[in-house]
Amino acid sequence: MDALDLSRWQFGITTVYHFVLVPLTIGLAPMVAIMQTMWMITGKDSWYRLTKFFGKLLLINFALGVATGIVQEFQFGMNWSEYSRFVGDVFGAPLAMEGLVAFFLESTFLGLWIFGWERLPRGVHLATIWLVAIGVNASGYFIVVANSFMQHPVGAEYNAESGRAQLTSIGDLLSNNTALVAYPHVIAGAFLTAGTFVAGISGWWMVRTMRRGREQDARELFRPAARLALLVMIVAGVAVAWTGDSQGKLMFVQQPMKMASAESLCNTETDPDFSVLTIGTHNNCDSVTSVIELPFVLPFLAEGKFSGVTLQGVNQLQEQYEQEFGPGNYTPNLFVTYWSFRMMIGLAAGSAALALAGLWVTRRGRVPDQRWYSWLALIAIPMPFLANSAGWIFTEMGRQPWMVHPNPTGVDMIRLTVDQGVSGHSAATVWISIVTFTLLYGALGVVWLKLMIRYAKEGPMDHDRTPPDPAEPKQLSFEY
Amino acid sequence: MAEMWFVIVAVLFVGYFLLEGFDFGVGMLMPIVGRRTDIPPDVRRRVVLNTIGPVWDGNEVWLITAGGALFAAFPDWYATLFSGFYLPLLLILVALILRIVAIEWRAKIDDDNWRRRCDWGIVFGSWVPAVLWGVAFANIVRGVEIDAQKQVVSSLFDLLNPYALLGGVTTAVVFALHGAVFLALKSADEIREDAVAIAARLAIPAVPIAGAFVLWTQIAYGKGWTWILVGLAAAALLGVVVFTRDEKEGRAFALTSIAVVSTATLLFASLFPNVMPSTLDPAYNLTIANASSSPYTLTVMTWVAAFMTPVVILYQAWTYWVFRQRISSTAIGQSHGLKWAGRS
Repeated sequence: MDALDLSRWQFGITTVYHFVLVPLTIGLAPMVAIMQTMWMITGKDSWYRLTKFFGKLLLINFALGVATGIVQEFQFGMNWSEYSRFVGDVFGAPLAMEGLVAFFLESTFLGLWIFGWERLPRGVHLATIWLVAIGVNASGYFIVVANSFMQHPVGAEYNAESGRAQLTSIGDLLSNNTALVAYPHVIAGAFLTAGTFVAGISGWWMVRTMRRGREQDARELFRPAARLALLVMIVAGVAVAWTGDSQGKLMFVQQPMKMASAESLCNTETDPDFSVLTIGTHNNCDSVTSVIELPFVLPFLAEGKFSGVTLQGVNQLQEQYEQEFGPGNYTPNLFVTYWSFRMMIGLAAGSAALALAGLWVTRRGRVPDQRWYSWLALIAIPMPFLANSAGWIFTEMGRQPWMVHPNPTGVDMIRLTVDQGVSGHSAATVWISIVTFTLLYGALGVVWLKLMIRYAKEGPMDHDRTPPDPAEPKQLSFEY
Repeated sequence: MAEMWFVIVAVLFVGYFLLEGFDFGVGMLMPIVGRRTDIPPDVRRRVVLNTIGPVWDGNEVWLITAGGALFAAFPDWYATLFSGFYLPLLLILVALILRIVAIEWRAKIDDDNWRRRCDWGIVFGSWVPAVLWGVAFANIVRGVEIDAQKQVVSSLFDLLNPYALLGGVTTAVVFALHGAVFLALKSADEIREDAVAIAARLAIPAVPIAGAFVLWTQIAYGKGWTWILVGLAAAALLGVVVFTRDEKEGRAFALTSIAVVSTATLLFASLFPNVMPSTLDPAYNLTIANASSSPYTLTVMTWVAAFMTPVVILYQAWTYWVFRQRISSTAIGQSHGLKWAGRS
């Protein structure tokens, strides 16, 4: 492999890894804030115990998310220096804003939340976790704005003298319609992930405590948490489908090649069938054999109609791009785009199954003790994580070979392919970093998983039974 | 406008070194502070870690923001620096990653082996960046081989020149000293006494080492007015020697802060108006003028920085105020970490 392939692999590995952790933080921080708010409102200690229980899982996760996040900011310059030169004038702005507006907020107030239980008045302490929740959600907005510039560059002009993209309107950049649909989709996905996480763990605990004769814990501690999480899942699930649909419709216009490759739609067709299952390597169009197809779906996805929609195929788009941008391969890896698109949607169904089953078994004050439900609860937990990864793999691989995808109605020269954006390192240099990151991330991933499972299995701890009282500080707790 | 952004980037890095400087120092010294007391090793280590507990993560964001500001305001500086210093930055990243998870996860498991590994991560993760930031910034000031395409062509070994190595030793010693004094300020009883003693001993080598580095910087790359910074840094460090001997850690901390700020400012002032000079040909120098973003971007970012920076400084200062108490070893309660083997 050459330095370009290695740099792409490295970016893929480190980014997918980082984004396993991030959605849980984005969704779980507000959910913990809601639990703590419920404690303040109802005065029930069970909400305090839940806050501490899920708060610990949040902190274990947050640490690795922060640690792997620094790499994200550094590697644009380290591995994609020519890209950084080309777009820095535009792309750097949301990244700097992310630091100033979001990262300072979340990290400073998280410190106050962790250590401030006995030192801050209750209302102020509650505000700190809400500020953390706002910070993590705001950071998502800025990074999606930055990413959306790569998908659909707006708010910039091409400076012929420097050969670079140059910001002309920060308002246009921040209100890029690609970002305005992608951001809610990412956030809805994050809430679905965290909702599934909380519902899964609480569901498992409900069944476990019921079967061990601790009905009070099941009813008063885990059932409220599960109901809250199921509610979050339903809202987030509807939002994720709806925003995903709007995003798809926009992509058919802005990045037709991405959507054609999502379907492995080789040739331009009117009212093509939606392919559910195909066999073949997808290396090129000849190797794809459709097995199951559905009519009406694809025209609806593209334009919200059931017929009379003509969709461009990969082959025709390839020809068109060659004429426009010169010779080259403008087709993404069809195998990856086709299957990641289906994985994204299919895996989200795992959350849907848990949400529906969960609402059913907890209906009208019931507390489940069925074994199958605790199994379903556990199996559902990883699914939205994988769906998030699949979604990003789809949207980023579907952008290839572009780093900055040309905007069909935008400024002509603002576009960049990956081979133009990569740094001039030798393959050996990038080998060193990719091996280092892979080994380090692998080892830390194992530890992260062991810690998460260990704390989830322990359940709410005894020493978190009684809430601290800032008015009467007993022995201060030091978290480290 | 671009010059103002040079100042803002400098302020962010100076802020980073001032704040993370002491929490690196605290991490560097964690294994040895309180060794001569009869406080159990894990208790003294927890005192040490909890002094920076609520604040170190916020301190680190100064680096993230400095990186973002560099990207937004000086894309060429960001691109040349980060791709040119690839392997040192990789090492810094590995160290910072290990440090973050080691600090956050240490108390999660109640097991001696686990804590030993986390301690190793904290020590490694604090020493490596403390040395390498000095090496990196000294090389930026000294200049590296930058060609006409704005690419660094120096080999890794070119970066390990005597001036840069002295820079690395300087940041390591000064951060350790800064951390020891901070620890003295934030801890109580025997831990405090031991921290002051360590600071007093570190202050003595810090004077000639840091003195030699700032003098070398001044003579080789400085401007006329930057003699003030050299004088400030030297005087501050001499003051630290006196105050640590008299166990006046509050004043000593004010002075180590001045020493860090004036040394870092000296580096940026020496750099001006370049941002990364080339040793191949001055025509290839990256300068404030040829590496910066367009005036529009800089204007937008100025507004953002003008609104947000004071707010950030305010709430970070408030955090220090909330957690102003000294931490005593008797206040450290039982660890709430879990054993790996769960209850049934």
